[in-house]
Amino acid sequence: MNFETVLFYLFAAVTVFAALRVITARNPLHAVLFLVLAFVSSAGIWLLLEAEFLAIALVLVYVGAVMVLFLFVVMMLDINIEQLRKGFWQWLPLGALLAGLIGVQMVWVLGAEDISAGTAAVKHAADYDNTKELGRLIYTDYVYPFELAAVLLLLAMVAAIALTLRQRRDTKRQDIDKQLKVKREDRVRIVSVPSSRQANAAQDVEASTNGHTAD
Amino acid sequence: MNYLASLSPIYAEMFLLVMVSVILIVDLFIVNYTKTVTYLLTQVALFCTVLILLFTHQPGISHLFNNMFVGDVMSYVLKVFICLAVMAMLLYSRSYLLVRGLFTGEFLALVLFATLGMMVMTSASNFLTLYLGLELLALSLYAMVALQRDSAIATESAMKYFILGAMASGFLLYGMSMLYGATGSLDIARISDVIQNGTANKSLLVFGLAFIVAGLAFKLGAVPFHMWVPDVYHGAPTAMTMFIGTAPKLAAFAFVMRILVEALQPMMIHWAGMLMILAVLSMAVGNITAIAQTNLKRMFAYSTIAHMGFLLIGVLSGTIEGYGAAMFYALVYVLMSLGGFGMIMLLSREGFEADTLNDFKGLNQRSPWLAFMMLLLMFSMAGVPPTVGFYAKFSVLSAAVQAGHIPLVVMAVLFSLIGAFYYLRIVKLMYFDAPESHEKIYIQPDSSLLVSINGMAILLLGIFPNTLMSVCYVSVQQSLLH
Repeated sequence: MNFETVLFYLFAAVTVFAALRVITARNPLHAVLFLVLAFVSSAGIWLLLEAEFLAIALVLVYVGAVMVLFLFVVMMLDINIEQLRKGFWQWLPLGALLAGLIGVQMVWVLGAEDISAGTAAVKHAADYDNTKELGRLIYTDYVYPFELAAVLLLLAMVAAIALTLRQRRDTKRQDIDKQLKVKREDRVRIVSVPSSRQANAAQDVEASTNGHTAD
Repeated sequence: MNYLASLSPIYAEMFLLVMVSVILIVDLFIVNYTKTVTYLLTQVALFCTVLILLFTHQPGISHLFNNMFVGDVMSYVLKVFICLAVMAMLLYSRSYLLVRGLFTGEFLALVLFATLGMMVMTSASNFLTLYLGLELLALSLYAMVALQRDSAIATESAMKYFILGAMASGFLLYGMSMLYGATGSLDIARISDVIQNGTANKSLLVFGLAFIVAGLAFKLGAVPFHMWVPDVYHGAPTAMTMFIGTAPKLAAFAFVMRILVEALQPMMIHWAGMLMILAVLSMAVGNITAIAQTNLKRMFAYSTIAHMGFLLIGVLSGTIEGYGAAMFYALVYVLMSLGGFGMIMLLSREGFEADTLNDFKGLNQRSPWLAFMMLLLMFSMAGVPPTVGFYAKFSVLSAAVQAGHIPLVVMAVLFSLIGAFYYLRIVKLMYFDAPESHEKIYIQPDSSLLVSINGMAILLLGIFPNTLMSVCYVSVQQSLLH
């Protein structure tokens, strides 16, 4: 057992432990932090596979950006943990049974024989450029799925905007554009008040003031 | 220029993508809430896509982008029908969505994105592109179901759809990764070769296959992975339900063909057994549970489950006849489903959903023509001759008989007999019961024309099914050549 194998098992154990804690942690904040740990240790495994660029991207993008956003969201939301845990014990036996079944099957299939595809990974020299190779592949062999992924991101953006952006009528919001475009005729109404008939004139004045406040 | 010309099989997808972007931008400048310009632009885009497909269509199988994309007859035919189904769906649902304030530019953009996803799925020849196409479709569908923000039931069904759909995608991906581990490739033709050579690990393959079949069953809505179907069909606005229930079924058929038949053909003994269990359970649960439904959308949901069982029988027969019959069944199902949901939308009006059985009582007295169309639809769904539904069921069953699945066929016939009860109950309600309301039915001329075409197509295709049937056979036959 060489040093790399020891490292692999170490990272793998940490990943599995962290993933388990993500779903068992009582506090959602802790769950997110354990998810961060799972990502970091998976990045370690990727480093062992000589996928340096992907490992760094995982740490930068997921740990650095996505998970921080996640933390914000979790902190902003007022999550009722009791509500989330309701029915946990009721459904546990069924879930455990199914998970156990799948687990046993997996051990049975994957543990029974040598399942490696037969081709060992090629060790590259120190000057091998992982990033360059990846870039070359993405823009040549994999250009179609790459473009599709871009379309998927565009769709995600459209969907997110369609679901969250809506104009609410009940908020008291200033519309500067409208305020600037206002003309004198829109706001001021000239009411000629005949002086001879006192009673009608009083009503007219009242109406005009009412009209003004309504504006 | 030569390179551009070599891309001709994918022109339709490229055009549609450009049009989505154009429509997204144009829509920004349209203040009018009826969105007529955006709507017309969308319809024109879909129509031109159909034209491009017809013009760029070439015989044989062409691969593009390092075997990521395949253009074969089956993909062309399915893409044309997908675009036509989406056009019909937009036509049916326009006024329904307008009065509910859901007919927005984003909705149209989402519809086009979903169409693009379906087209990618139908002509994918690599697990990567298959999955990306599927996600493109699924993501737009989740958003479309959730568009009606003020309705709690729509939000709930969107949530269910999203979570279960994500889980199904997880199953699929896990199965695909197992196949990748066993064969060392994501390319469909290559996977098939490696399995044929016998160099792949058998137990790993079966293990991956089980996950893939579970994922596919989730997406198709086959029992026991069907629980999302009734809730989503019921909760979503009817236009969205119609969209989920029509064109994506064609893409799902292509998906099943690509994965199970093209990539995993040598594993057929394994998946045929799994599909058989799914098919029998789907027909049983779908048809029996549908009897108890009083909501028409829920009833259609269970009837979809039963129809998917029938479709799976065609696939598991494992012959060209079986695949062709399954494709025919999928096309016919889309036609019937368009009509069925279209009818609910035609009878609905502002603030009122005609989605219970009682709303169809005495329809014959209120509008004899609509009642007759609904009668044709119901006869076709139940499989009564001379409608096309009978012929679809018949061709699937005869393919299964040829493949030697006699007990399966007997069960299928029994369950469709049970199913005939709830379809014919609607006919009885329409013709022999007194109407509950006498409100005048007002429908737009375009949707009234469309529903007539739809009903007549069901009748005429039932009398002359040969053209469509041979299109299905030929396309399957020419696509499975390699």
